[in-house]
Amino acid sequence: MSTLISNFDEFMDGLWKQNPIFVMMLGMCPTLAVTVSAVNSISMGLATTFVLTASCLLISILRHIIPKEVRIASFIVIIATFVTVVDYSIQAISLELYDALGAYIKLIVANCILLGRAEAHAARMPPVPATLNAFGMGLGFTLGLLAIGGVREIFGAGKLFGIALFGPHFQPWVVMVLPPGGFFVLAGWLILFSGIRANKQRKIEAELALKGAKA
Amino acid sequence: MSQIELRTAPHVHAPRSVETIMFNVVLALLPLCFFSVWQYGLSSAVLILAVTATCLGVERVFSSQSGKGNTLGDWSATITGILLALTLPPNFPLWMGVVAGFAAMALGKAIFGGLGYNPFNPALVGRAFVQSAFPSTIASFIPAFAPQRFAEFSPSTLTMPLMIPTDNTAWIKAAGIDAFTGATPLARWKFENFTYTAHDFLSGAVTASAGETSAILILLCGAYLAVRRFMDWRIPVAVLGSAALVAWAFQLYNPAHFPSPLFVLLSGGLMLGAVFMATDMATSPVTPLGIWIYGALIGVLTIMIRYFGGLTEGVMYAILISNAASPLIEKFTQPRTYGARSKL
Amino acid sequence: MTTQFVSSTALIRALGLIACICGIIIVGVYEGTLDAVNANKKIALDRQIFKVLPGAKSVQAYDALPGGISPAGDHESPSGAIRFYAAYDATGKLMGIAAEGSSAGYADQVRVLYAYDPDKQVITGLGVITMRETPGIGDKILVDHDFIHNFVALDVALTSDMKTLANAVKTVKHGTKANPWEVDAISGATVTSKAVGRGINQSAAILLPRLVPHISQLRSKS
Repeated sequence: MSTLISNFDEFMDGLWKQNPIFVMMLGMCPTLAVTVSAVNSISMGLATTFVLTASCLLISILRHIIPKEVRIASFIVIIATFVTVVDYSIQAISLELYDALGAYIKLIVANCILLGRAEAHAARMPPVPATLNAFGMGLGFTLGLLAIGGVREIFGAGKLFGIALFGPHFQPWVVMVLPPGGFFVLAGWLILFSGIRANKQRKIEAELALKGAKA
Repeated sequence: MSQIELRTAPHVHAPRSVETIMFNVVLALLPLCFFSVWQYGLSSAVLILAVTATCLGVERVFSSQSGKGNTLGDWSATITGILLALTLPPNFPLWMGVVAGFAAMALGKAIFGGLGYNPFNPALVGRAFVQSAFPSTIASFIPAFAPQRFAEFSPSTLTMPLMIPTDNTAWIKAAGIDAFTGATPLARWKFENFTYTAHDFLSGAVTASAGETSAILILLCGAYLAVRRFMDWRIPVAVLGSAALVAWAFQLYNPAHFPSPLFVLLSGGLMLGAVFMATDMATSPVTPLGIWIYGALIGVLTIMIRYFGGLTEGVMYAILISNAASPLIEKFTQPRTYGARSKL
Repeated sequence: MTTQFVSSTALIRALGLIACICGIIIVGVYEGTLDAVNANKKIALDRQIFKVLPGAKSVQAYDALPGGISPAGDHESPSGAIRFYAAYDATGKLMGIAAEGSSAGYADQVRVLYAYDPDKQVITGLGVITMRETPGIGDKILVDHDFIHNFVALDVALTSDMKTLANAVKTVKHGTKANPWEVDAISGATVTSKAVGRGINQSAAILLPRLVPHISQLRSKS
C-alpha cells in the first residue's frame, strides 16, 4: 500500500508541486517558441512526455550498467534516440504538425527537463517510480505549455483549439503570436502562481501567529 | 507635544516635491491635448480621457494591492496616460487605448514596484505593446481638421472591444479632404522618398499623431518646464542636437536620399520624445556626463532606426533602449568625489 | 571520499551496449515510417500544386537544365537545374506548369508556388509554400482579394527569340498597376508584396526560356 502511495506521489510531483514550467522553470526554449496555439502546445508536450518517459525507463533499467564516468554521454544518446523516434513518427503522422513544430522537435534533445530528470531522478530510482515520475513531469510540462498556448491562441487568433470564439470580426493581437507574447503570458502565469503562493504563506503565518497568541 | 528635529546641514528647505514637479508636467501637457482636440475633435478627446482613466484605474488597483494606499496624488499616472494618448493615432479604437493604458501601467510600472522603480518609461512600454499587438491599426490615421470632427467620432474610435477597427474610408471621404494618403511623413519618406517642408509641419498639413504635429508647442511647453527647473534641459538638447548632427552628416554624404535635419527634427515623435519622455526622471541618468551620453544615444539610435531599420519611426525604441542603458551609463560616469584621487 | 577506477574496457562495453540498443530502435522506426513520410511529403506538394492548378489530376516532376528539360527522378535536382511540375487533367492533357520562386521578405525567405499557362504565356495562380511574415500584415498575400487577383493572368511572355522575358514582372505601389506584367502591391505590406513579385520574376526569367522551346515534349502525359 505504501509503495502505491509513494508511486502516486512520484506521479503528482511533476504534475503540480514540481511543475517543470511554473516551479522549476525548466525547458523555457520550447515553452516560448511553440506555444502559439493550444494544439501545438499539446503536441509538443506529448512528444516531450513520450521522450521523457521512454528515456527515463531505459535509463532506470540500465542504471547499474552505466558507469558514472560516461553517464552524461549515455543519457544524451538514449534521449537523442527517442527524439529521433518521435521525429520520424510525427513526420509520418502529419506533415502540418511537423511543419508547425519545426526544429523544436529535434531540439527536445536539448530540453533541460530531459537531462535534468535523467540525472536527478531516473538514474537513482527503480524503473516503476522513475517512469511514473517522468510521466508526471511530462504531463505537467504539457499542462504548462497548454496554459500558455491557450492564452496566446485566444488573444492571438481569437480561437481555442481552432474554434473561433469571438466571431469573424475579431482583431488578433499580433504580439501574442510573436515571441514577446510568449514572455508576457509566461510572466502573467508566474505572477499569478507566486501571488497565490504568497497568499497561502501569509495565511499559514497568520494562523501560526494566532495559535501562538492563544498559547 | 511637538518634537525637536535634529538634522545636519544644509537646512534650506525647498518647497518642491515630486507632486509639484509632476503637476507642472501635467500643466505643460495640457496645451498639447487642447491642440490635438482642436485638430482631431471628439475622437482625440475621448481617446485621451479613456487612456488616462485606464492608467489611473490600474495605478489605483495595483497601489492598493501592494499596500501603498492611494498614489494617484503624485500625478505620475496622469502623465503616463496623457503622453501615451498623444503618441497614438487620434482615431485609435478606444478599446485598444484601454489595452495600451493597462500595458503601460501594469507591464511598465506596477510589476517593477511603482513610481521610481520602473526601468522603462511606462507610456512607451504601453505604446510598444500596442504597436506590436496591432501594427496595422496604429499606422492608420484620419486627416486633421476634418469639418465634422466636433460633431461625430471617427468610426474606428467606437469599435466594439476585441473587434477589428471599423473602416474610416467613408468618414474620411465625407470630410472632403483631397489627396489624403493616411501615411505619416516618415512613412512617406521611407517608402516614397517624399519629404515635407518645415512649413507643412508647422501649418499642420501632415497626417500624424498629435505629438508629431505640434513641434513649436512642444518646445514652448518644454521651455516652461526647463525655465522653472522641473525638467533637465540638457536631455532634450542632447537628443535633438545629436539627431540633427547625425542627420546633417548623412545629408552631406547623400543629399538625394537623406532628408534635411529640420525634417528629421520635426517629423515623427522625436520632439515629444525628447522633451517629455526622455526626460522622465526615474528612467534617465543623473550624472552630468551621463545625461549628455544618454541624450546623444537616443538621438543617434533614432536616426539609425529610421534610416536603416524596418520601422518608420525609431524614437520609441531609441528611448526604451537608452532607458535600459542608463544604469550602465551612470556606473561609468560617476563623478570623482571632491578630494578623492582618480583611479588610474 | 574514495575514487573508484573503472577500466576503459568497461566504459567502452557500456557505451557500446547503449549504442547498440539505440541503433536498433532508430533503424526500426526509420524503416517503419519511411513509406508514410515520403507519401506525406508527396501529398503536401501535390496539394499545393492542385491548389494553384485547379482541375489537375496528376503531376509529374521535371528538371529544367540550360540545354533542355528532363524528367526528374527521386534524387535531388542536378546543380543549376530548376525543378518544375507539369500538371495533367484526367485525359492526360497538359493543364499547366507549377514552379517555385523565392525571395527575401520582411522576416525571412518567402517561397511561393506559381502556376504557368504555356498557351497564354501568363501566370494563372499563386500559392505560398513557406513564409514567416508578420501575421496580420505580410500574410495578407494569402487572403487579400485584390492581390490574389494579380495572378489570374500575369503576363510573363517571352521575347520573340525566347531568350528573356519580354517584360520583367514588377511589383508596383498599391493602385498604380497599369500593365499586365505588373503586380499591384498590398498597401501596408509592400515589402512582402515585392518579395512575391521578385521571387516569381527571378524564377520565371530562368525557367521559361529553358522550358518554352521544349514545351511540346510535355503536351501529353509520358
